[in-house]
Amino acid sequence: MTAREQRTIAGIEERLLFTLARRDATEAERTGYSDYSYWRSTLRVFLSNRTAVILLVLMTSLVLFTIVQPYLPGQKDPVRIHRDPETGLQLRNQKPGPEFWLGTNSIGQDLWARLWAGTRTSLLIAIIVGAWEISFGILVGALWGYVRPLESVITEIYNVIDNIPTTILLTLLAYIMRPSFQTMVVAMCATGWLGMARFVRNQIVIIRDREYNLASRCLGTPTSRIITKNLLPYLVSVIVLRMALSIPSTIGWEGFLTYIGLGLPLDQPTLGNLLNEGRQVMMAPSLRYQLIFPAAVLSVITISFYVLGNSFADASDPRNHF
Amino acid sequence: MLQYTLRRLAHSLVTVFLVVTAVFLLMRLLPVEGYFGDSYDKLTPEQREAVLRRMGLLDPWYVQLYRFYSDLLRGDLGVSIIYRPNVPVREILALKIPYSLAFGMAALGLSLVVGLAMGVHMALHKGGLWDKAWTGYVVFVNAVPAAVYHLFIQLYVTDIAGLPLLFSSFDPVSWILPTISMSLGGIAGYAMWVRRFMVDELNKDYIRLARAKGLPNRVIMIKHVMRNAFVPLAQYLPATVLLTIGGSIYIESLYSIPGMGGLLVDAIQRQDNPLVQALVLVYSVLAIIGLFLGDVLMTLFDPRIRLQRQGGTRW
Repeated sequence: MTAREQRTIAGIEERLLFTLARRDATEAERTGYSDYSYWRSTLRVFLSNRTAVILLVLMTSLVLFTIVQPYLPGQKDPVRIHRDPETGLQLRNQKPGPEFWLGTNSIGQDLWARLWAGTRTSLLIAIIVGAWEISFGILVGALWGYVRPLESVITEIYNVIDNIPTTILLTLLAYIMRPSFQTMVVAMCATGWLGMARFVRNQIVIIRDREYNLASRCLGTPTSRIITKNLLPYLVSVIVLRMALSIPSTIGWEGFLTYIGLGLPLDQPTLGNLLNEGRQVMMAPSLRYQLIFPAAVLSVITISFYVLGNSFADASDPRNHF
Repeated sequence: MLQYTLRRLAHSLVTVFLVVTAVFLLMRLLPVEGYFGDSYDKLTPEQREAVLRRMGLLDPWYVQLYRFYSDLLRGDLGVSIIYRPNVPVREILALKIPYSLAFGMAALGLSLVVGLAMGVHMALHKGGLWDKAWTGYVVFVNAVPAAVYHLFIQLYVTDIAGLPLLFSSFDPVSWILPTISMSLGGIAGYAMWVRRFMVDELNKDYIRLARAKGLPNRVIMIKHVMRNAFVPLAQYLPATVLLTIGGSIYIESLYSIPGMGGLLVDAIQRQDNPLVQALVLVYSVLAIIGLFLGDVLMTLFDPRIRLQRQGGTRW
């Protein structure tokens, strides 16, 4: 220590040496500052995956297209039965052509219009179910993980429901209610939240006792800050992943329920309905277009959402950020 | 071991009781028209009431529940109404179960053998061309609804390979395609599991130690990695029997295999309530047995579990 430093220290009053430093939020921010932003990194990693970006653009435009399609010029009514103006006969099983872009089905309805109406309905069901899955799943999962008295109760309820295969439970519920849009949505909502709730619960149980959360709590970080800064980034990526994966599975279940005879009535086209209609005429090779078009759209949608969900999950994992 | 098994068994029995009761009560919510077949419109209201009374459907629910359970304990699942009128459901099931069982087991065997081989292969050549190709297959099977790809397999593979389109019990060639179709999902599932667990295992410290000791790669793989990676798999083995069953509903009906899955679709389409109820119960109980066996099997492979786990919660 130089003589100058000694003089400086001696110059400071003793009590000043031991005053508590006031916590200054902006100063704390400055020391803790880093250029790292979780969401920016996630986005960067996600955008560097070319397949995912292409699929994202494809799906966004597909969803937009199904919404605006009925208002475009030259579109037909999906349930109108087209007849020959001269003979009055139904225009059955017309091949794809300039009048009917994807042909007509076995009673003369325009397949192009039905295809997009069906996509719209199926996506709508999938999105409603997905939204429910997220909101209800998170709610139950959070209660399950946080509220100790509820833990064993919810575990028991979960075990009972989870012990019945989803196929069977879904079939049973759809069978008990009459086939309709609501039935479809309610049945799938009743089974869909299980996985989500379990996921959220597990995450919360794992994360809430990690050292950094313990440290945060000891340092007196308010609960709201723990939730938003420590827990939520973990959960949001899982939530988005499950949402993305729930869309293909909901569409798949819809196809299954329709196949076993519990789908929507035929005047409400869905992808499952169209697939089923196509299946009935598939033995005639010249009519297979009625099966192939809906199957193609359905597969593209489900594969895209599946791949998107997984890419997003990869991108949201901080270990992949460098 | 015995203590754990007994506790787990008790837990399963409680679950069976809850599930059976829930299914029974849910079935009571169905409109009564379903109990008449097509004769509903022809009957006068008095006659309808008489029919319902004779079936015992007008009694309070707890009386019905009691009767249902006492019948069930004697092995009586009720009689079919529409599918085979007045034939005991038990008799119908006895004809169907052998087919489902045979196909289920064949598919399970196939998916185990192929799936495990595929998974090991993927883990050994992680990041290689084969790994990517198999991953593509897994993504396809998981993402595309079964309702789509099974249909196209039936449509085109029968054409290309010259296989029969529908099942026939006299023609063993017609058994091939349904079995393969049923195992596709299982193959993807097993392959993914094995790959994941083996890759996890390979990154652990004891493997590094084994390598440092100079153990040959083959020994490390067989004695350490596989053995540890297969433990979690054992738990899911019986549960995937259910996956096969679940898929089989669709495939049995597609290929007209006279099994339980096809029967369920028939019973639903013709609204045969007692038959649907019985089938739902059989499937649920099978599922619970599968999960029970899975947990017990797991303890055989991994003694640590017995000490750690208390109930039947599976994570």
